[in-house]
Amino acid sequence: MALKDSVAQETLKVGADDLIVMRGGAGRPLLVLHEELGWPGWIRWNEVLSEARTIVTPLFPGFGQTPRAEWILNVRDLGCFLARYLRENNLAPIDVIGFSLGGWIAAEMAANDPAIFSKIVLVAPAGIRPPEAEIFDMFTVPAIIYLRDSVRDFANTPEFSKLYDGGLSPEQYEAFEDARAESARLAWQPYMFNASLPHLLEGTVKAPTLLVWGKDDHIVPITAAAVYQRAIKGSKLVAFDSCGHRPEVEKSDQFIKQVRDFLA
Amino acid sequence: MHVMWFTERQYHYDPEIEPERSLQLERQILRNRSFFGLPNQNFDPQQGSMLLNQYLDEKIYSEELGYDGLMLNEHHGTPFCLGSVMDVEAAVLAKATKRARIVLLGNPVPTVANALRLAEELAMIDLISGGRLVPGWVRGAGSEQLANNANPAYNREYFEEGVEFIVKAWTTPGPFRYEGKHFHFRFVNPWVVPLQKPHPPIWIPGLVSPDTVIWCAKKRYPYIALATRLEPTVELWNMYTDQAAREGYQAGPENFGYLQPVFVSDNQARAEELGQRFLYGGAFAHFARPEWMFPPGYNSKEATRRMARLARDPNLPGKPIHEGGGNETDEELEPIRQGIYARYEESKRDLQMIAGTPDYVIPRLNKVLEVLRPGIFSFWLDGPVGYQDRVRCLEMLAKHVVPALRETGKRLGLVDPFERKPGSVPLPAGRPAERVAQADALASMPA
Repeated sequence: MALKDSVAQETLKVGADDLIVMRGGAGRPLLVLHEELGWPGWIRWNEVLSEARTIVTPLFPGFGQTPRAEWILNVRDLGCFLARYLRENNLAPIDVIGFSLGGWIAAEMAANDPAIFSKIVLVAPAGIRPPEAEIFDMFTVPAIIYLRDSVRDFANTPEFSKLYDGGLSPEQYEAFEDARAESARLAWQPYMFNASLPHLLEGTVKAPTLLVWGKDDHIVPITAAAVYQRAIKGSKLVAFDSCGHRPEVEKSDQFIKQVRDFLA
Repeated sequence: MHVMWFTERQYHYDPEIEPERSLQLERQILRNRSFFGLPNQNFDPQQGSMLLNQYLDEKIYSEELGYDGLMLNEHHGTPFCLGSVMDVEAAVLAKATKRARIVLLGNPVPTVANALRLAEELAMIDLISGGRLVPGWVRGAGSEQLANNANPAYNREYFEEGVEFIVKAWTTPGPFRYEGKHFHFRFVNPWVVPLQKPHPPIWIPGLVSPDTVIWCAKKRYPYIALATRLEPTVELWNMYTDQAAREGYQAGPENFGYLQPVFVSDNQARAEELGQRFLYGGAFAHFARPEWMFPPGYNSKEATRRMARLARDPNLPGKPIHEGGGNETDEELEPIRQGIYARYEESKRDLQMIAGTPDYVIPRLNKVLEVLRPGIFSFWLDGPVGYQDRVRCLEMLAKHVVPALRETGKRLGLVDPFERKPGSVPLPAGRPAERVAQADALASMPA
């Protein structure tokens, strides 16, 4: 996993459970909620955005480094756990970027407590069932295949090799399996969505919200974006051509520009 | 010694009657790199109907031949095993047989959404059979979790809680409310409960999971090793024996069972020809693709750590599906297919398949008994072998092999769970446990 010396790791207590948080950069805190394979590491967009923001990335319980919290059984439980962390550390309201599963968690947190986020960026978020096509089932393919299929053209995506160091060492295999197991606990059925979520979001979330999606996303089809937009009034959708599930690496420059402008 | 026999009830075509159909099915399995998940357009209901009836006829006939137990199992979504709801077959056998035990190894508890329904099904089988049911429980292969949409990350929790619940439903006067972590029943009051008291004897089959072995020892459930290699089986049984000592009892042959692939025929060459068919389609190496065998969270962290350090897919010939495999022509598949059958010599050497005339088979089976000393022993017949040959094999085993094994069992003191209750021999604190398996006997294998 790509790491920088300046990225600090701290272990906190949230209730009876541990939470490991990665912090890097300087400036106003920006919360990052990672995806279903875990935290992909400190990559280019982190580097650029951390020039002006302190990037705070909690490593969810059960996803490898933070021990599993037995009582966390679904995405709402996890969202409430993370909300408690924000409250107890005086971090709310805070800007958030959530990726895929992390986007779903952010949406649940916002529905539960509309004041918790000041601005919201959801990058190809799971959580809502796409009206057309299906969310790619990560549990029937090896982790490395899911990772590969998450970008439109991995061979021509220079930053792809930096994701999870681009490989499958024994340590990375274990970390993927931990992440997949915890994702299964959270989102096995219904798979990666909560049928209530559009209703919970509707009229609730007032924070400015940016949706970022690749038009060729094979993991969470972009048709879900319209449902998110209907549920979060005023939300803006930025959709990239020739881009899969990871605009942050596939269209890194455009992604950074869009997010930086939005969060400014 | 309790002697039984088992077959997966494979979906197949007799290669001697329909060679092309048999070969085409095998090629489809090889292209799929897996029995599990083979598209069900490949299933011919006429063939399925014929086979299921043959398999039931064999079981019923084998009671006449003198076998003590009729062993069944269950798999889903695969031509590997036609018994996708084993309890249906068990219900037929319950009525159609009179003496033999009906041994279910085992019901995949985590995949059954309603454990109370399972408790009721099994109670009915016990009643219809006049108290001959031996239920067993399994976690279910990883692929079974996918086929039944059971969350693999909770597999062991479902398993342990489900088994506790079923036993409670059988033994606790109702009505009562049950609120566990995963199972919730507001009104537990099954009218039909088992004939055997306090409940039918429970046996547990397994492959290599130390967690399951320890769990069995704690519960005093016999552990049936499913054709595992002898050395690791000895290690696991020692683990069981040590745990039994911690629980305060001396484990014995009554705590252990072993499943052994065999094939017998009148002459050695024919027996080996039929025995080799055990490897059809890649056998267990192609039971399911690795990602389906080990869905997320199915393995313990320790098992995942071990797997992460193993070479990937050591048993799978051919390019993986995700790397462009699976579209081979018949000609391209042939070396893969031949490679599978080339492993026969290895499985013969490791006693993973013992095929031959009774004179060939008996000393080898005696060796297995000397090493493992199981109180329960099951033959395993599988592969695309025609009905007449299978029945002939069962007859020859019963007539020539079983009597010899029973003699060996007597000589070695291999008592079964019906002769001595598993866990009933106390072991005073401080006294060392005696090992049941005899690793020393491994040194001298028959040539």
